[in-house]
Amino acid sequence: MTVSRDNSKAVYQGIKAAGIRFLTALPETWLVYLLQLAEDDAEMRLVEVAKEEEAVGIAAGAYFAGAKNALLMQNHGFLASINGIVSLAMLYRIPLVMLIAHRGHFGEPYPWHTQGGIVTEPVLRALGLPFEHARDPGRVGQQIHDAQALAWSSLGPVALLLSRDLMED
Amino acid sequence: MKRADCLGALYPELGDRLVVTIMGATAQELYDLGHRETFFYLQHAMGLAPSIGLGLALNRPSAGVVVLDGDGSVLMNLGGLATLGRYRPANLTHIVFDNGSLLSTGGFASHTASGRVDLAAVARAAGCPRVLEAHTLFEFMEAVAEAFTSGEMSTIVAKVEAVGPDQFHMELALPENAFQFRRAAAAEA
Repeated sequence: MTVSRDNSKAVYQGIKAAGIRFLTALPETWLVYLLQLAEDDAEMRLVEVAKEEEAVGIAAGAYFAGAKNALLMQNHGFLASINGIVSLAMLYRIPLVMLIAHRGHFGEPYPWHTQGGIVTEPVLRALGLPFEHARDPGRVGQQIHDAQALAWSSLGPVALLLSRDLMED
Repeated sequence: MKRADCLGALYPELGDRLVVTIMGATAQELYDLGHRETFFYLQHAMGLAPSIGLGLALNRPSAGVVVLDGDGSVLMNLGGLATLGRYRPANLTHIVFDNGSLLSTGGFASHTASGRVDLAAVARAAGCPRVLEAHTLFEFMEAVAEAFTSGEMSTIVAKVEAVGPDQFHMELALPENAFQFRRAAAAEA
């Protein structure tokens, strides 16, 4: 397994095309090229957090300041952020654009990712959060645009699950 | 020293600064001094007030941002201190009222009540560049004056008594607070 450099570029171009210039992230393997692209881009501000729930707070602050922004995290980080998502973003009607590496699902060789992978979609459904899977590098840019549009019009969190098909070569 | 007295002394100095406060007693005491559209009351999601402040401060570098935090909340997001230490926006002042108590959620002793957990030392070790401590109202206001003029991110740990307001009530729905605050925060400086 190697992380797809070309498809990471397609995701990053989608982020830029959606007008996003502020990213909050916790690094993880599938996000390695995305984070490199953000670091090397003078137009992008990247903030890395110690634990993903912080990113929900930082994203809320960025939103208050009027800055289009997105969160980059693994699905286990999403699971670790639930209280912030519920009791900050949903409670106060704050948009979140969450790009989530969907580890631990079909094709996953590593046992430690599997339980988180299997429960990610049911947890998103339980929270009533809109989400899509991003599988096609030709479509992911439009999906990021659409996630951003819905988050800001519905004033709530929206998730795009970055799939194995997209993130691995 | 009472937190309410600190807030009363701080209030006239806030000007047009954007203020993010934690839940419960701290939020109520600030509100009771007179609500402003530049105040955001984080009534839940403990630990995230400085994270909101960081996102604001980085995206509005010309605005002053003040976070009113507490020991219980800071202890729920110690990693957030390290994130502040790493990014340290100059326009952010992080005030931690340490009353050694989870006052608003039942009055249980927090870790700092043991006397062995030192949040100012934690903040310093986390890379926060300017950490000030206050035990009296005079020290507190000196620290605030220094923080507001230092040109560097400042952390103030203020030791206060574990007392709060008699009643909790705001004429402000939570989303309404967020909508007002966003309008104020996103406005051009």
